Amino acid sequence: MSEVVLETRDLSRHFEGLAAVDGVSLSCRMSEVHAVIGPNGAGKSTLINLLSGDLRPSAGSVFLQGEDITGLSSQRISRLGVGRSYQRTNVFLPFTVFENCRLAAQSQLDTSMRFFRQALRYRAVSDAAMRVIEQVGLTRQADKPVETLSHGEQRQVEIAITLATAPSLLLLDEPLAGMGAEESVQIVELLRTLAIDHAILLVEHDMDAVFALANTLTVMVNGAVLESGEPQAVRSNRLVQFAYLGEHDFEPNRV
Amino acid sequence: MSTRARWIALFVGLTLLFAFPLIGDRFYVQFVSKILIMTIFAGSLNLLVGYTGLISLGHAAFFGFAGYILALYSPDTEAAGLLTSLLLSVGSAALLALLIGLLVLRTGGIFFIMATLAFAEMLFYLFHDTAIAGGSDGIYIYQRPVLMIGGWQPLDLANSAHFYYLALFFSLAAIACIHMLLRSPFGHVIVGIRVNEQRMRALGFDTYRYKLVCFVISGALAGLAGYLAASQFGVVNPETLGWHLSGSVLMMVILGGMGTLVGPVLGAFSLMMLEESFQSITKHWQLLTGAVIVLVALYLPRGFAGLLRKRADTDKLPPPGAGGSGTPAAAERPHV
Amino acid sequence: MDPYIFLIQLLNGVQYGLLLFLVASGLTLIFGIMGVINLAHGSFYMLGAYLAWSLTAQLGNFWLALLAGFVLSVVLGILLEWLFIRHLYRRDHLQQVLLTYGLILIFSELRSIVWGDDVHSVAVPTLLAGSIPLTETLAYPVYRVWLSIVCVVLAAGMYYLIQHTRLGMMVRAGASNREMTQSLGIDIGLLYRLVFAFGVALAAFAGMLAAPVSSVFPGMGNQVLIICFVVVVIGGIGSVKGAMAAALLIGLVDTFGKVVEFEISGFRVLPELAGMSVFVMMAIVLLWRPEGLFARRLR
Ligand SMILES: Nc1ncnc2c1ncn2[C@@H]1O[C@H](COP(=O)(O)OP(=O)(O)O)[C@@H](O)[C@H]1O
Ligand SMILES: [Mg+2]
Repeated sequence: MSEVVLETRDLSRHFEGLAAVDGVSLSCRMSEVHAVIGPNGAGKSTLINLLSGDLRPSAGSVFLQGEDITGLSSQRISRLGVGRSYQRTNVFLPFTVFENCRLAAQSQLDTSMRFFRQALRYRAVSDAAMRVIEQVGLTRQADKPVETLSHGEQRQVEIAITLATAPSLLLLDEPLAGMGAEESVQIVELLRTLAIDHAILLVEHDMDAVFALANTLTVMVNGAVLESGEPQAVRSNRLVQFAYLGEHDFEPNRV
Repeated sequence: MSTRARWIALFVGLTLLFAFPLIGDRFYVQFVSKILIMTIFAGSLNLLVGYTGLISLGHAAFFGFAGYILALYSPDTEAAGLLTSLLLSVGSAALLALLIGLLVLRTGGIFFIMATLAFAEMLFYLFHDTAIAGGSDGIYIYQRPVLMIGGWQPLDLANSAHFYYLALFFSLAAIACIHMLLRSPFGHVIVGIRVNEQRMRALGFDTYRYKLVCFVISGALAGLAGYLAASQFGVVNPETLGWHLSGSVLMMVILGGMGTLVGPVLGAFSLMMLEESFQSITKHWQLLTGAVIVLVALYLPRGFAGLLRKRADTDKLPPPGAGGSGTPAAAERPHV
Repeated sequence: MDPYIFLIQLLNGVQYGLLLFLVASGLTLIFGIMGVINLAHGSFYMLGAYLAWSLTAQLGNFWLALLAGFVLSVVLGILLEWLFIRHLYRRDHLQQVLLTYGLILIFSELRSIVWGDDVHSVAVPTLLAGSIPLTETLAYPVYRVWLSIVCVVLAAGMYYLIQHTRLGMMVRAGASNREMTQSLGIDIGLLYRLVFAFGVALAAFAGMLAAPVSSVFPGMGNQVLIICFVVVVIGGIGSVKGAMAAALLIGLVDTFGKVVEFEISGFRVLPELAGMSVFVMMAIVLLWRPEGLFARRLR
């Protein structure tokens, strides 16, 4: 089996008494899509925030390629090859799509403490930006400011700048939420291609996409792992069905 | 404005500036020199406020400190060398910016505003209350710096035309330098920080370091302005570190239009002219200045440049505030 | 150090700290609840002191002056909120800084026009004019004790108001969630106006109380504002508890800084540098806990 890229042990995060993430242990291998599902408020976004360094764990540890990265800042973790997307679009709204992706791709330079040459002259960076724009299918919108794009297109930008840092581990927080059917299909295809040489932790409400992509499926409820394993096995689990089908506040395409 | 109109305006403006000492009265030559210095000062602050989104209320600290260094370095009986004294002053201002920046950049938003002001005031009290450099009266520079190359003395800063051209050279150089910086990878990072610092971190940028470098560059440029101001007036007093100056220069940045290259130039010119005319009207001219500031804050937050330009020609750099130069305060408001 | 001198310094430090708290708490409340950074806050302290001086002269009675000054400052606060401050909610910090900086210039010139630029002093009211003897040669002024007690009572009242009343609940709700408060049917506009006026009145009141113990001079507002910024940075923004702790800390550090350094050094090695001690405190806090001593952790 391929190498383990990401591993968490008993990872927890409390918000003033509320255990948003509660003793989660999971792992993600190279070329694996590990989907995490669960009702709203289950702690999926918090989990991703803990892995990306946006939040600091209250307890437990995170390993990346065997190295302990618990509590490192988000910029350190990003530099180690972890890219994450946000559930709520979190990009540079006044910039154009190209500027967004170019800036993100610029983090591939060993340093941006470069003061003299024009940024646009760094061809490798611009090329990398154009590549991700093409990957998510926004080539025609490349020169438009993101704030003028439709909601679905902004979601595509979100994914594009995540990819632009050339990460080997992708943490995707509901990448399809808010996208139209056509774009969704395109992104699912993209993720399938990316899965070949990436490790992907995918939080997603779109069950068709999850079952189309996932090699491993983890169900979270109230911050803890309810069930984890091979997708079809998890699907047939009674407990999961109960947790899911019993929850009426579960909206498949919540933004 | 169209590109062509802009080139013409630029050409006419530059010609006027170059020809000015030939036609202008000495008093006005000195006055315009002063404005040119303030252009550098405002440009340096614009780098922080307009592009990086860091609202410093203590920027005079670097301006005044550089002046003090020149005054302390200048011998009483002979003129200081231009190059050494300039390097020393600007270097000291940069060092001070590094020290203060290391501290204040650990916070953000409103803390940053308060902390920059507080540290600048600390420096004010240091020079005001102690005998290091003449206390509240300040310290004189009896001999202005001169440039000596061998036995040749091409520049004597006591000569107002010489001084004018030096100030003009440095203000154009400063603008060119800022322009270059903004187009570089570094410049794109600082603008990215203004728009969405959190995402910049998530993309792997060590934003603290970039902000610190920007703070130091900005401090050094402010030091350049302070050096020039000190050698123009021949006196440095605690007011040059004070928060009225910090407030004025911030006002220039905003009045002209922050986050634009011409903003500080427009701002320095208009505020200085305005203050000059207010001063001729009444002893209580600050009342009028205050009223103008309030009106600008309420009705013209994007400044003159904001009136002139459409979004399309903002150099692809978004107008500040569009993405949140001042993050809406709510984000950092904790419990009571 | 002589224990009585120590006691006197301790009382002075606490009293100074409490006074700072009155000003700083208004600053931090206005920011915490309304999200407005108010540079003009020091001006209200200065105005308070000048009001105390001029009203005492006009009315011939410090107590009447205190009352009239308080009412005037509440009115001023309401007026300012209505004219200017309400346009600043949810605006950039930059606009807030700019507008309130403009207000400083305006207040300072108005003060100069109305009252001139001279330094004045206000007599301690006869009722509190005495001193409490500590030893044969040392005594402590009754007025300073009274001043401290008033500050403590005000602070306690504020704590009660915020923690235990409906108004306080609204204030706390407004601080954490503007939309929610609005949807609960609370008139947020009125609430903000009252909070601002209250903050102004606190600062002005502090200025009035301080008038008899310190002199009344033009730059006093800016001086206190800077120190209050230090207090807020140390205490953590929006935290009244933090403002109290930091104000006391600064009051003590400043007061003792002046004496202790003098004693340790044995000879006058720049005793003026004692004024720097509060800024050193701020630097340490920025290094150690940049979000302030009493703020929640961010990450
Ligand atoms: N910064 C925070 N402060 C306090 N509570 C939070 C914070 N972030 C998330 N929570 C709480 O943690 C729980 C899990 O939230 P989240 O991770 O966003 O769930 P999901 O992404 O699965 O919908 C929720 O109850 C949410 O209210
Ligand atoms: Mg979520």
